[in-house]
Amino acid sequence: MLISNLEVIPDRKVTKHLGLVQGSSVRSKHVGRDIMASVKNLFGGELVGYTELLSESREEAMDRLKQQAESIGANAILNVRFSTSSVAQGAAEIYVYGTAVILE
Amino acid sequence: MIFQILLILVLLILGYFVGSHLEKKHYQSIIKREEMLRDIPAVASKILPPGSENFNQVLVMGNVTISVDYFKRFLAALHNFFGGRVTSYESLLDRARREAILRMKEEAAVLKATLVLNIKYETASIYKGGGKAIGSVEVLAYGTAMIPKASIDAV
Repeated sequence: MLISNLEVIPDRKVTKHLGLVQGSSVRSKHVGRDIMASVKNLFGGELVGYTELLSESREEAMDRLKQQAESIGANAILNVRFSTSSVAQGAAEIYVYGTAVILE
Repeated sequence: MIFQILLILVLLILGYFVGSHLEKKHYQSIIKREEMLRDIPAVASKILPPGSENFNQVLVMGNVTISVDYFKRFLAALHNFFGGRVTSYESLLDRARREAILRMKEEAAVLKATLVLNIKYETASIYKGGGKAIGSVEVLAYGTAMIPKASIDAV
């Protein structure tokens, strides 16, 4: 599965467009990390727990995106975009979407 | 009452010294790594360079979550009152964006890419519900790494 945020792939033609595919994931961190983050909030600097949390949920959203694309028979996803929103206290939604296509 | 004022003072002083020390260290590391990764240009253009059929494409990304210290948050609250530039948040966002780009480039360097195209940024403020306080931001940078086909055959 080729995933790219370009609209064209050099040297390869799009034979069929299959429309938009998407994947999303909502996660929150456990209390331990929350407490650690509040302590770090005093001194500033990187909140490693949050960074990991968000990259894990991004992986999951990408997996769902891939699954959806595979199920409709695509072999590439082009023009992929990410979007983040915080839905509730301490929880973030990661959303990823793109166009599923069949490349020759 | 006196105890609370003392606590806030101690937190302000601690936040100021530890926070500015951490920020200085972070900037030093950013500048050093930017120098190292200068030979992988990251561009916002999505126009393919000539000869691009000799490259493979892989999506690369880097993310980072950074928070400001207690002193800067206090300062920002003051700025909010009088208006004007909130410098304490400007440096926070600058650090986060440069760090995210660096992590993305590091991922591209592992893949032996020579160029990263179509860079996009995504910023989210993810403070755990302290009212309107920004506190910490997450920045994601992503783009398409162009990897010469020859280097993949070698691996």
